[in-house]
Amino acid sequence: MAHFTKANSVYDWLDQRLALTKLWKVLAAEYWIPKNINFLWAMGVVLMTMFTILVISGIFLLMYYKPDTKLAFDSVNYTIMQEVWFGWLWRHMHAVAASVVFLVIYIHMFTGIYYASYKRGREMIWISGMLLFVTFSAEAFSGYMLPWGQMSYWAAQVITNLFGGIPFIGDELVIWIRGNFYVSDPTLTRFFMLHVFLLPIIIMMLIGFHFYTLRIPHVNNQDGEDIDFDAEAEKYKAGLKKESKVIPFWPVFLSKDFFVLSVFMIFYFYLVFYHYDFAMDPINFDPADPMKTPPHIYPEWYFLWSYEVLRGFFFDVGPLSAMDMGLIAFGIANIIFFFLPWFDKDPTVAPADRRGGFFFWFWLMVIDMIVLTIWGKLPPTGINAYIGYLAAVGFLALWAALPALTGGRKGLLWLVILVTALLYIFGYMEYTKALGNGFVITVTFLIFYLLFFLSPVMVKAKGGAQ
Amino acid sequence: MNKELKILAIIVILVGITYWGIEPYAHSKMHPHHEPATFKYEDLKALNLKGDPQRGAQAIQNNGCTGCHSIKAAGIPAPMDPVSASASYGVNPPDLSNIAAVVDKKFLANFIKHPVKAAKLEHKFGSSKPYPMPDFFGSDQDLADIVAYLESIAKPQDPRGAFKVACGRCHDLRYDGWTVIGQKPKFKNEIEKAEFELKKAKYEANLKNYLGTTPPDLSMYIRSRGPEYIRDFVEDPQKLLHGTAMPRVGLTEAATEEVIKHLEHVGDRKKEKRDHLGIWVLAYFVILSVLAYLWKEKIWREVH
Amino acid sequence: MAKDRRDFLGMVFGGFAGLGGLAALYAMKRTWDPLPSVMAAGFTTVDLSPMKPGELRTVTWRGKPIFILKKPPMDNCKTIPDEPKKRLVKVGDSDYLVMIGLCTHLGCIPTWEPDKKIFHCACHGGEYDACGVNTFGPPPRPMDIPPFKIEGTKLVLGEEGPEYKKLVGKA
Repeated sequence: MAHFTKANSVYDWLDQRLALTKLWKVLAAEYWIPKNINFLWAMGVVLMTMFTILVISGIFLLMYYKPDTKLAFDSVNYTIMQEVWFGWLWRHMHAVAASVVFLVIYIHMFTGIYYASYKRGREMIWISGMLLFVTFSAEAFSGYMLPWGQMSYWAAQVITNLFGGIPFIGDELVIWIRGNFYVSDPTLTRFFMLHVFLLPIIIMMLIGFHFYTLRIPHVNNQDGEDIDFDAEAEKYKAGLKKESKVIPFWPVFLSKDFFVLSVFMIFYFYLVFYHYDFAMDPINFDPADPMKTPPHIYPEWYFLWSYEVLRGFFFDVGPLSAMDMGLIAFGIANIIFFFLPWFDKDPTVAPADRRGGFFFWFWLMVIDMIVLTIWGKLPPTGINAYIGYLAAVGFLALWAALPALTGGRKGLLWLVILVTALLYIFGYMEYTKALGNGFVITVTFLIFYLLFFLSPVMVKAKGGAQ
Repeated sequence: MNKELKILAIIVILVGITYWGIEPYAHSKMHPHHEPATFKYEDLKALNLKGDPQRGAQAIQNNGCTGCHSIKAAGIPAPMDPVSASASYGVNPPDLSNIAAVVDKKFLANFIKHPVKAAKLEHKFGSSKPYPMPDFFGSDQDLADIVAYLESIAKPQDPRGAFKVACGRCHDLRYDGWTVIGQKPKFKNEIEKAEFELKKAKYEANLKNYLGTTPPDLSMYIRSRGPEYIRDFVEDPQKLLHGTAMPRVGLTEAATEEVIKHLEHVGDRKKEKRDHLGIWVLAYFVILSVLAYLWKEKIWREVH
Repeated sequence: MAKDRRDFLGMVFGGFAGLGGLAALYAMKRTWDPLPSVMAAGFTTVDLSPMKPGELRTVTWRGKPIFILKKPPMDNCKTIPDEPKKRLVKVGDSDYLVMIGLCTHLGCIPTWEPDKKIFHCACHGGEYDACGVNTFGPPPRPMDIPPFKIEGTKLVLGEEGPEYKKLVGKA
């Protein structure tokens, strides 16, 4: 039984019961972060702030929003946007934050990839982060449906239709998800539930988990240096602040984060007030009409890269239709980042520019994803179809090459490059209709996928601590 | 610090390229470029005759215009109520009092003479399916007189008035209480409400039958299409949406601006507030950033 | 001995608790299912007698557009030699094309272009000939045929009649 004394202040009274001093030390004042960092390390706090903005603005939108296909559009565009005091502000903040949060997620994610912050004990940080990415994606998708505009409707129609590609249960599954034969009132109400309750709860729990996964391996630093956090913390506490390699979360780390955050807020609110079309597509200000397809349907920008992986396959391969091929690649694209710690066979924790060929891999991946994103929005006609194919196959090829590249298996690497080059040539022949669903391309794709699935298993990790 | 600026520059460039690709570039590919509206109606011939309003008042009677059109400004009532008129003609023929306040003079003369050609509806109307308004067979002088007369009685229109005259017989504007059969009144009881709804439904059915589609409610068009598109579309609907049922209505540039102003007021009435508040919020974060920087420098001086 | 017994009881407890969990999961799954009224509202009856040859009619069935084309222009149905005839339905003394007006790629509504005699999907550029057979672009298969039954000159969508079964090779 703990020993309680007469408190001499309110704080003391609380401290005896809740150990506030200790809690503050553990969470902030003596939570140690490396000193050798740059502003990219502030993205976590920026993301936390964006999520808070989304929750708060969402609460006020929830007070007036009506999840009913007959009322939803007007409740958003008339009641909230034009009647409720500052309703327009919450709506713009919510919509723009939902889009911008993905920009920060991608920067955060690629920072982790560049500085190798996903391996040697940091795998769980990476996985919990990826789980957050997936739930954020679901949250964004369900939220995009709620204003019940043309893009809300048709994006929902197209995306839910994707589940129809799952063998045997596909058709039933689509109806089950929608609660009707088509996207309609039951679909809206169930996605409303997901958006305002279930998914936010899951996200909050995952954020807690993500923070927790950082405690034991600690935050990485700019040089991938293995820091003895206990020793460095002692140094800091002894007053050797300049010599110590670590800084406390509060106030040193956060003071820098607050600066980055303030500058970021200028950017964010500029978008909220003056430049919001990228996040609030004009087409979505037309009410949903199931009988009228908009001339162009595209997902929000942050889904474009995976959408283009889906669309990139424009010809049938053997028994598989173009759509099946796209669905397989799309399925892989959506989960493959989870496996990064196991596709990378190099135990070195260092920035990409000190990891040999990985440096090129990183920038090729960035460029490929930008190409996928841009071509994901362009109409897939003419040469665009082939460029989309190049980028989609390229995306998979980069993953297939990663184990060989980081495991130092040159022969295997060349094999992957050769097979990819063949696919590019055959794809071009399909594009110019010179080949036509040949046996050769089927076999090449078979080899390609074999390499893809086998190479991370075949290639052993190089030496070094596991 | 130098290194951080380099990282920032790389991020800005990559984000900039992506943004350019998915917004301006992609949209330029999806929506082919078109020439901006001039409101000159150059395909139509000008009528170089001086009209006399007095004679025009007579000519408008003699040529049977008032058989279908009301001219409330001159005390000439509509021969039919809107619903019966739409049953006969597809759409309620406009009251002519203020037509000349919104429609271009040259266009008006051409429209009276050959409505189908001026409205660019040759793809929909012809000898097998005649346009409800017949061609004008009077003399050009009569025509000039009529136009002069219409100009003499037209009163300048405020934004809402311009919308009603120019768009209001085909398009709802429900966020402003406007319907194709007029402003929605305050109903005294359920019966009145049901009667109004019935009239509206009948009118809309006739309109749909006439046009082949129900013209959209324009409440959110200022956000879904934007002022430039609306401007160019109104000047020549066929140019932007080939085959559309919407006729060219021949608005003047000034009247189009008034209509857009009204659509902005109805569909985006918080725009001014938004633009105004934005400056203050941005200023706040600029100051906050400076303060954050000073505080951060002070704290980090101890550890560097 | 006593330890084993405890474990056994623990397993029984755990198993029974799991059973309850499964039952609850079943209830949750059923709650997500489409309502009976939604399932029952899946029938649409169309009278074909007032239609003109070459005319395309679009009716709604289960929220989907259904294309009905009387006497489709067969000269543009030459993509697959036998396919066109297989896709036609005889009602009264005319042939009709009945199909779900959704692109088999990602579910957009193609538009009928009478002068070119093709269906064109604006979403991803897919094209179908006058019999709804895919001829260009991403669509993986011809436009689907909805289940139907013929009652005189009327078409009942949503019920599988003998003509439908013959058409899709189920009979």
